Amino acid sequence: MSADDLGFVARGHTILDAVSMQLHKGEIVTLIGPNGAGKTTLVRILLGLMKTDIGSVYRKPGLKIGYVPQKLHLDAVLPLRVRDFLLLAGRCAETELVAALNELQLPHMLDAAVQTLSGGELQRVVIARALLKQPDVLVLDEPAQGVDIIGQQSLYQTIKSIRDKYNCGVLMVSHDLHLVMASTDRVICLNTHVCCTGHPDAVSEHPEYLKIFGAAMDGFAHYSHHHDHSHDVHGAVVPLDDHDEGCQHD
Amino acid sequence: MIDQFIINALLAGVALAVVAGPLGCVVVWRRMAYFGDTLAHSALLGVALAVSANVLPILGVVFIGIVLAALLFWLEQRRELSSDTLLGILAHSALALGLIVFALLQSRIPGIDLMAYLFGDILAVNLLEIAWMYASSVFILGVFSWLWRPLVSMSVNEDMARTDGVKVEFVRFTFMLLLAMVIAAAIKVVGILLITALLIIPAASARAFSQTPLQMVLLSMVFAVLAVFIGIGASFYQDLPAGPSVVVAATLLFFITRLRRVPV
Repeated sequence: MSADDLGFVARGHTILDAVSMQLHKGEIVTLIGPNGAGKTTLVRILLGLMKTDIGSVYRKPGLKIGYVPQKLHLDAVLPLRVRDFLLLAGRCAETELVAALNELQLPHMLDAAVQTLSGGELQRVVIARALLKQPDVLVLDEPAQGVDIIGQQSLYQTIKSIRDKYNCGVLMVSHDLHLVMASTDRVICLNTHVCCTGHPDAVSEHPEYLKIFGAAMDGFAHYSHHHDHSHDVHGAVVPLDDHDEGCQHD
Repeated sequence: MIDQFIINALLAGVALAVVAGPLGCVVVWRRMAYFGDTLAHSALLGVALAVSANVLPILGVVFIGIVLAALLFWLEQRRELSSDTLLGILAHSALALGLIVFALLQSRIPGIDLMAYLFGDILAVNLLEIAWMYASSVFILGVFSWLWRPLVSMSVNEDMARTDGVKVEFVRFTFMLLLAMVIAAAIKVVGILLITALLIIPAASARAFSQTPLQMVLLSMVFAVLAVFIGIGASFYQDLPAGPSVVVAATLLFFITRLRRVPV
């Protein structure tokens, strides 16, 4: 009934060190961490796109995964309408395609060329394609990249309503913590190792978190800064919350 | 009065065009033009080895293609050189080696013509060879349509294709074999130095008129067949070399298509 993924991984430069995590059915888990923290590596290993050096990954047999990669680049040399793109997921009736697009608020788009879509529209089309597979797990790597703030909020809302409707597990990679908070069940803070995991509400009530919130809103320049702190913050939050796992570093 | 050898040349050209167009589309989509070129350059070595071992040339070409792909895979394990550099090394060393083996062969079998392999000898194609070409074209198109959706899916994004359950390595390897077969068939028509042109030019021409991958594949067939007719016709009436004429015809068609905007 659940999609359990477990991994312990290390590579040449130790990208991931003794990382364990689970994803259950109907649960939204967000992976946050600074650049180079190993977020994308972890996701690629969980998806089976890369092999782990140490440890193991468990996917429930027959698990259907809908994958929305980071920044999908579609070359103009391949003529492709939204319809053709969606049908690559498998054979579907016209009505299913329309329903999937409506779900993502993209009506009347079937015959548009994919290269003409905006970043936000393309992102939604990719999610619609993943939904057509009736996935057990939806994996989104930085889904909000290149989408404006308003668009991001509605994107996360959409992801949440998809989870509610399909009862699939959702794994997201993100660094805009403040927007993800509202629509995630569990946050895993990754910086080579798992710093901590826990319910986002407990974290967000903490005064240090509000500082992070502000810093993140200011933009990318503060990014690594805010993350150095979130590392400590989550450590500080640990006693306040009956979170799943404690901070594993000194 | 049209001579039999012209009809034979057209038949052979069409057999090649109907596979070169579709496979060329995938080559263009997956940015494999340089890989195709390397495969073609190495084909001379394959032919020379096949002739000296007394087996069908196509077996030599496919064998060398597999060796080449394995070498490339091994060389790419070390990351300091990019694949275009590696392909450049393999393409030209394979051609040089092919020329050496061919020269050794010429001393044993006098009368074997290097130019016929480098630039094609379509006017000398016989009916048995044509039958072979059609058989292999039917086979290639069969496998191609079987792999059609995975090929398009991988052209869009390999990671997504893999999570959809596509056996990416298998599809990639099988496509490489198909490409080697097309190159083997093309040696008689345009020669190994010009085959990449027949793969990518019709595909590039077709792009401007296509809204879907399938349209592009079908149109690339049309452009390739047109190029064969114009090129062989020109070579017959103006006494021009046939292979190069086909390529020039394809190029002229390409520039004509440039007059139209891409309907993206």
